[in-house]
Amino acid sequence: MLTTDVAVIGGGVAGLVAAIEASKFGARVHLIDENARAGGQLFKQIHKFFGSHRHYAGIRGFEIGEKLLEEAQKNGVQTLLNSFVFGIFGKEIGIIENQTGARWLDAKTIILCCGASEKMIVFPGWTLPGVMGAGAAQTLINVHHVSPGKKFLMVGSGNVGLVVSYQMLQAGAEVVAVVEALPRIGGWGVHASKIRRWGVPILTSHTVKEAHGKERVEAATIVALDENWKHVSNSERTLEADVICLAVGLKPNVELPLMAGCETMFLEELGGRVPIHDENMETTEEGIYVVGDCAGIEEACTAIESGRLAGVAVAEKLGYLSKDEAYELKVQIRKILDDLRGGPFGEHRVRAKQQLIERAKILKGLKDE
Amino acid sequence: MRIMRHPILPPINRKEVNITVDGKLVSAIEGEPIASALIAAGIMTFRKTRIRKEPRGYFCGIGLCTDCMMIVDGTSNVRTCITPVREGMRIETQVGLLREDAGC
Repeated sequence: MLTTDVAVIGGGVAGLVAAIEASKFGARVHLIDENARAGGQLFKQIHKFFGSHRHYAGIRGFEIGEKLLEEAQKNGVQTLLNSFVFGIFGKEIGIIENQTGARWLDAKTIILCCGASEKMIVFPGWTLPGVMGAGAAQTLINVHHVSPGKKFLMVGSGNVGLVVSYQMLQAGAEVVAVVEALPRIGGWGVHASKIRRWGVPILTSHTVKEAHGKERVEAATIVALDENWKHVSNSERTLEADVICLAVGLKPNVELPLMAGCETMFLEELGGRVPIHDENMETTEEGIYVVGDCAGIEEACTAIESGRLAGVAVAEKLGYLSKDEAYELKVQIRKILDDLRGGPFGEHRVRAKQQLIERAKILKGLKDE
Repeated sequence: MRIMRHPILPPINRKEVNITVDGKLVSAIEGEPIASALIAAGIMTFRKTRIRKEPRGYFCGIGLCTDCMMIVDGTSNVRTCITPVREGMRIETQVGLLREDAGC
């Protein structure tokens, strides 16, 4: 059986950083990804990141992806691609490679970086071809240079809805409207302004009521909402559209953490059910860590730092770093995470993360007895 | 449709391959997901539901929802959004959920 010090499952930004960090201190690392290439959602991010140099400000997402892949390779991270993890049994990981036959990887520690999936809302006609996740449309356009339509209706004005709308425009499509159920725009002003300047209406207190079409979406009816989220009568409008994109939030992918026996908590602020983890990102199962969006929906910079934190923690657990060396690094990273979660947008997430950590302390304390 | 001009994305310069979709010849870019090749060719219906025969297509794009499953080279229930295209691939619209290989 294949053995390793650290198995990183999921090669998105958090997983790549965790793999790079752990390998930097000498650990043998295997990175497993079900896609033909690691990099996760980075390759569909074509906008420049902002923030600090440490977090690749001014660089476009796909370029960050290239950099991280290169660094992982340089550090000797073994990458298993087209490899689908079907189960975790203790520390044994079952993998199906290229859809044929199972193989096993026996790991001393596991870092789960399973990412997130898009939440969806249902309405008459939502199953018609042409209704899709905003992220799904973004992948088609930015990675494969294929547009699923000409006229888009975007449902949701969080950062995903706003950024993807702008990218539709860049790709030459029309965005007929962005509808937002809340009475205010959900995402950052900087993103909203970009599409407003292009003339795209952002309709707050509005949602999609129905998708029309026979074999695919041909039109969409939108409707105004009152303060109790009820449809306002006679406020319907039917817009010509061939794609309806749903950008109504993300939820952590917790299937593998659950299979591994990790305890979870429901925290709305972090997108739903989240694996309980301590200050080192370790779950209630010893030696199993969670990082990135599957440890709670945040954004790329916090994903990077949580990956780094888990990388240092496993290196310490495996004896590649002394307690003191690790402590110093971890304090630095936690400080950066606190800064990233600063400000009014981060408050709820800070509280939710603290709840997870408190719960982990209680559960782990009990387990030790 | 394919996006030929873009302010940021560098043009894709990859090998063209031919596949068949329900017997019709469709050109694709080697390595792109089957779903991408189909949508580029204007095909949006990938399968029909078992009882009502309603159309279904590309939805989540990450291999989770299974709405985009088709019969590929005789194997049913293949998630076309994460399965790369290869020269000569035979793609068929799937009706219902086929448990065994096509033909059952």
